[in-house]
Amino acid sequence: MATTAGSLPPLDITRAPEGGEVGPIQSGWRLAVREFAQNKLAVLGLAILLFFVLFSFIGPYFYHGNYLTSNLIDTNLPPGAGHPLGTNNQGYDELALLMNGGQAALEVGFFSAAIAIVWGALWGAVSGLAGGMVDAVLMRIVDVFLSIPFLFIVLIVAVRYGASVLSLSLLIGAFSWLVPARLVRGEVLTLKTRDFVSAARVAGSGQSRLIARHLLPNAFGVMIVNVTFQVADAILAIAALGFLGFGLHWPNQDWGDLLSNGVTYIQDGYWWQVYPVGACIVLVVMACNLIGDALRDSLDVRLRRR
Amino acid sequence: MIGYILRRIGTSIVILIGVSIFIFGLLHAIYPSPALDVLGARANTALVNAWNKQNGFDQPWIVQYLRYVGNLLRGNLGWSYKLNQSVASLFAEVWQRSAYLSGASLVLSVVIAIPLGVYQAVRRNTIGDYTATSLAFIVYAMPVFFLGLILINVFALDLHWFGFEASQSNSLISIILDVHDMTLPIVTLTLLTIASYSRYMRSSAMDVLAQDYIRVARAKGLPERLVLMRHLLRNASLPMVTLIGLSIPYLLAGNLITETLFNYRGLGLLFYTALGNVDYNVLLAYTLIGAVLTIIGNLVADIALTVADPRIRLA
Repeated sequence: MATTAGSLPPLDITRAPEGGEVGPIQSGWRLAVREFAQNKLAVLGLAILLFFVLFSFIGPYFYHGNYLTSNLIDTNLPPGAGHPLGTNNQGYDELALLMNGGQAALEVGFFSAAIAIVWGALWGAVSGLAGGMVDAVLMRIVDVFLSIPFLFIVLIVAVRYGASVLSLSLLIGAFSWLVPARLVRGEVLTLKTRDFVSAARVAGSGQSRLIARHLLPNAFGVMIVNVTFQVADAILAIAALGFLGFGLHWPNQDWGDLLSNGVTYIQDGYWWQVYPVGACIVLVVMACNLIGDALRDSLDVRLRRR
Repeated sequence: MIGYILRRIGTSIVILIGVSIFIFGLLHAIYPSPALDVLGARANTALVNAWNKQNGFDQPWIVQYLRYVGNLLRGNLGWSYKLNQSVASLFAEVWQRSAYLSGASLVLSVVIAIPLGVYQAVRRNTIGDYTATSLAFIVYAMPVFFLGLILINVFALDLHWFGFEASQSNSLISIILDVHDMTLPIVTLTLLTIASYSRYMRSSAMDVLAQDYIRVARAKGLPERLVLMRHLLRNASLPMVTLIGLSIPYLLAGNLITETLFNYRGLGLLFYTALGNVDYNVLLAYTLIGAVLTIIGNLVADIALTVADPRIRLA
């Protein structure tokens, strides 16, 4: 069958003949992609996320607003000509601030999620494959980290050593590998009894090859679902940090900081300093959650329509 | 079952020891000694060394840890060098306020989320279900402080229904009676918790609805109301027990931000002030207390589940 990835026929269960139609055999991943693309909310989430990536990273090339030098003549201007979203108490342009803050949020979100997923997957895979004492010790360490109030530690360390995109990513990553580790361990525990793993072992694969070539690729589904939720959590965490006043320092801005700055003037009715940035946080986090939910559904074979 | 509970308690103690070593070690590495806070930033090295020696801060890390734990067990949480008061007395002044805020919102969210989730599962894919799901999804994506801000802006500044600051009273009774000022902080935390609990409750109730015993109950002619009350509600609520235990770190974080936003003088605001002051012993003690609460929460949830669910008890 000469069906290419781009021209898959649409799923139509209702008109399928009795006993099912014999179609081209498709890989699990391609089915998952099709399932994902048919989920309208997931596509919406992906579009929102893509919009914010472009907005934050490409936007500044097209929109040159001032967010670096105080301009005390133009403070607290309402949205209007020259300042589509108004200015704040320093005379900074709100739209430019939003773009700048978006860079920090997305960078920390994706970077810390990447750290969490790589470290968590390795930890879980080693734990699940080794079993016995090693497994018990590694999983107790996960339990220990899960019992630590994560935001408190992040705050304490950020206050002492200062917050930057890199330090916050490392810090948030250091506390978010726990759930991926547990998920991957669970996956490895079921995978390692399967025949293809025994076959690989008989063929002479070492433990590290087993993990890298056979176990992790098959656990990829649970990992990719978890990444999206990790990104959302990390963005919420740095927003909280910024709101409490311990976030990024000038010239980097973060959305939480903008919001806490706007709070001071909320009684004056300067809504443009509060609602646009709040909407940005909610939209990005919601987009990640939408994508995550849809990925979970589309990778879950039991829920898949064939 | 006794054996399981004993083993579970044993694991919790091991985790507790691990957590306390980690937190103490980390904070000790970050702030080795409060000498400069006590003596002033310009104290010379000889003075600092003498002070460290006198107060035991020159001893090895592990000795200091053991001494700290020994003090903890005797109820001594350390000394706040910034506020010149013992940490235990600082906590004693404010803990009831935090307990009231967190407790009230936790009870409210459970009481609302469980029926809401059941309603959504039973009336699946109706307008009511879609509305509740969408609202929960939006609130779930909201930072605590943004939700609080919207509520303040609408209900305090525009409508003047409630106060924009939490009650500043010293007595717990007058705080509880001060509905005008306490509504917004409690509602903020409650909405946030409902958003996550109702999602779990909905999917848990949907799982239970697909079980055979529900079909049996309906087939034997039990009125739908009794099917829902006796069979669905009880079984679907079981996972909530675990969820509440697991959500304690999030509740503590939410508490910290809500208290800061509404200027409510509880443990969260105390921690926030200590962050700005670098009040080492307060930070250490509250982080440890948070960890202990989390561990106890998980332990109690597991034991409660064993008692409530005979399938687990027998296994």
